[in-house]
Amino acid sequence: MLAGIPALVVALVATAGCSSSSASSGPGASSRPGGDVTLNIVAYSTPAPAYAELIAAFQKTPAGAGVKFTQSYGASGDQANAVVNGQEADIVEFSLETDMTKLVKKNLVASDWNTGQYDGFITDSVVSFVVRKGNPKHIEDWPDLIQPGLKVLTPNPFSSGSARWNILGAYGAVKKAGETDAQADDYLTKLLKNVPVQDASGAKALTDFVGGAGDVLISYENEAIYAQQKKQPVDYVIPDDTLLIQNPIAITTNTKHPAQARAFLDFLYSKAGQKIFADNGYRPVVDGVTPAGKPFPTPPGLFTIKDLGGWTAVTTRFFDPDNGVITKIEKSLGVSTTK
Amino acid sequence: MSRPRSSAASARRSGLGIGLVTLYLSLLVLIPLAAVVWKSQSEGFAHGWAQVTAPQPWAALKMTLAISAGVALFNLVMGTLIAWVLVRDEFPGKSVVELLIDLPFALPTVVAGFVLLSLYGPSTPVHVDIAFTRVAIAVALLFVTLPFVVRTVQPVLIDLDRDMESAAASLGAGPALIVRRVVLPNLVPAMLTGAGLAFARAIGEFGSVSLLSGNLPFHTEVSAVNIFNQVQSDNPAGAAAQSTVLLAIAFVVLFGLDVLKRRSARHG
Amino acid sequence: MVDTVAPVAVAPVAVVGARRRSAGRYSLRLVVLGYLAVLLVVPVGMVFFRAFRHGVGPIWSSLTTGDARSAIAVTVIVAVSALVLNTVFGVGAALLLARRSFPGRRLLDVLIDIPQAVSPIVVGLALVLVYGKFGVFGGWLERHGVTLIFSLPGMVLATAFVSLPLVVRAVAPVLAELGDEQEQAARTLGASTWQTFWRITLPSIRDALAYGVVLSLARSLGEYGAVTIVSGRVLGKTLTLTLFIDDRLQNFDQTAAYSAAVVLALLAMASLLVSRRFRSRARRNV
Repeated sequence: MLAGIPALVVALVATAGCSSSSASSGPGASSRPGGDVTLNIVAYSTPAPAYAELIAAFQKTPAGAGVKFTQSYGASGDQANAVVNGQEADIVEFSLETDMTKLVKKNLVASDWNTGQYDGFITDSVVSFVVRKGNPKHIEDWPDLIQPGLKVLTPNPFSSGSARWNILGAYGAVKKAGETDAQADDYLTKLLKNVPVQDASGAKALTDFVGGAGDVLISYENEAIYAQQKKQPVDYVIPDDTLLIQNPIAITTNTKHPAQARAFLDFLYSKAGQKIFADNGYRPVVDGVTPAGKPFPTPPGLFTIKDLGGWTAVTTRFFDPDNGVITKIEKSLGVSTTK
Repeated sequence: MSRPRSSAASARRSGLGIGLVTLYLSLLVLIPLAAVVWKSQSEGFAHGWAQVTAPQPWAALKMTLAISAGVALFNLVMGTLIAWVLVRDEFPGKSVVELLIDLPFALPTVVAGFVLLSLYGPSTPVHVDIAFTRVAIAVALLFVTLPFVVRTVQPVLIDLDRDMESAAASLGAGPALIVRRVVLPNLVPAMLTGAGLAFARAIGEFGSVSLLSGNLPFHTEVSAVNIFNQVQSDNPAGAAAQSTVLLAIAFVVLFGLDVLKRRSARHG
Repeated sequence: MVDTVAPVAVAPVAVVGARRRSAGRYSLRLVVLGYLAVLLVVPVGMVFFRAFRHGVGPIWSSLTTGDARSAIAVTVIVAVSALVLNTVFGVGAALLLARRSFPGRRLLDVLIDIPQAVSPIVVGLALVLVYGKFGVFGGWLERHGVTLIFSLPGMVLATAFVSLPLVVRAVAPVLAELGDEQEQAARTLGASTWQTFWRITLPSIRDALAYGVVLSLARSLGEYGAVTIVSGRVLGKTLTLTLFIDDRLQNFDQTAAYSAAVVLALLAMASLLVSRRFRSRARRNV
């Protein structure tokens, strides 16, 4: 009996060894095209359906023949953290730049990842309002969101990348309308007061909204399109002033198959790849690609994170765990609301 | 109990057994937990404590402890009542109820949350929508801690000597008095143990609460959810610090109850 | 029916008391059953109702997709591996606790119960801190090509952690009550340690062991919080059924989510039924 324990420990270690070797194929394999190659995609929660199609299409091309894939999807911050902690990844795509920066800091992604033609972004989207079919509450623009009694869904900005886009979209729009910083903070307070539930990820927030919670969900345009494609009874509104969402992608520094990873990334940037993204609701970064469904409208007052000062500045100002504007708002709301 | 073996071979085998058991326990449980405690002060005690007392985690901790204590107290009463009915009452379908009591033990927590959400959430068919409120946290916790008091009290009730009760009855004592003076004192140690276990379980609950509560910071975010967010936002020191506090509280409660139990066993 | 009043031997005042007690009994029963219905029975019933609303067909098809089948396979592999580890440990520790005295026995006894008091999230964090890439042992293991976290072995560890005490606590009391006269007799007759264990000890704890194993399996199948952190969520490889539910909900695949929930609920109930049978048999044989 007692002799069984060492045997089991050996078995456990052997399993562990097997699972790690399945992703690696030895030192010489990386130069072989195709062959026994597996690429590990680690991405944020929403592009799973797009990647399912992209992988299938890539595998039909000569560069992608025989290349296998594993895929992992979850909240953007969670996934970045997992890669930092050792999760195998060849291609990483996140919801916002700060998650990519986490990997750059640990030398898991090269510091020149965003110096390419597209600044390291693979797709775009815009902050939009997802509403019930027919828009019964007539939500058209940012001021509508702070009407008393309206229930607005947005995820927790301390765990969800999507939530940060949402809040910054609100802030930017309000500033564009000419308000001061103090008035903008006031708007954000009123907005967050209308939020009954803050999920950990954008995908979860969408699930809750479709499940009946809330009157309006602030989310990515591509989330709304996905929900509609899945026949969920929702519509979406793009306000005139809104934030351009840019999703970063990169190849990791410790990939075992740089050639194939590069080939896959090139495919993602090709017209064929970008078309698949577009059909799934993501705005392509490459010109001349149109989606199968209705074309993407261009909001007249579109602004980017650069216009707001860049991620580092806004993260410190809004999301610092002790002094961030949002932290303070959340705290004040927690004390005053009674439910 | 058996006499200790005297042969050297037996002692060696014992030693090997103890060594292996301790090794397994250490590798799997003790060292990882020690790592959590160590990590919480890896940047200094002050930093660790600051992580715990920062506004959001502190609010989560206070609320978690308060609701868990309330749930434990509620279970103290309700669990005893349930055990009473299961032991002293008879009705058709009792064996089914007996079986169902244990369901929260065996059911995955995320399924528990899912189950409660489908009935008492936004798509409720009975017009009861308590999702995303503190009530929801309490309901989720009541669900997962249901069996604790029941299962610790039940064996004591079963083994209880009924003669004392009949004697009291024949002396004219009413049922309420009998329960209070004769039955309850015997049950109190088991009730407290069950409530303590329920409390320890409740403060660490994640799966069901995360689905049902909405996780609103400063309002419906429990400690386990906050710790999870800290882990995923690459703040292991903060996560570890909060975890250490939760661990310490759970241990204090369980050991405290153990001491109470031994003391009442000696005097009772 | 036991509700009828006891026969004539009871004093007259007790008859009136019995009727009052009956009323009290009914209201108590009502309160208890009502509480259980609202908290337990109706919600679980609702999930079954929603799952089976359109018949068994959709359930079957959503559970036989590639992703569903891998989730089931992963769940089973992880649960069984954790079970094997904990059963070997459990029997060994139970033997030590029940049959041997050694310095630190009481400490071991207490330590074994620790997993019950630890939040599953803390379990995940603890394992990552030690066995993750930058962990205490993780770095060393990584250099030797062994990855534990974000792959199956890490999930086995997390699952083993949370179900650690269950086999021990089922078997140890039985071992203690049984005493070791039979084993001693066997030794005197010349049986080896292994033979004694296999032929005498193991059969004597069979029912208690089965009870512990079933409980442990049920706990392992249902683990969520700890595996959320160590899993890596690799589709088809490290998604358990519980994580699969999460994944399906987020893809608006309510049918698949409900189906998986129903499967887990049924497994939970089946394990309860089976475990109770073993527990009562174990009690009877002691």
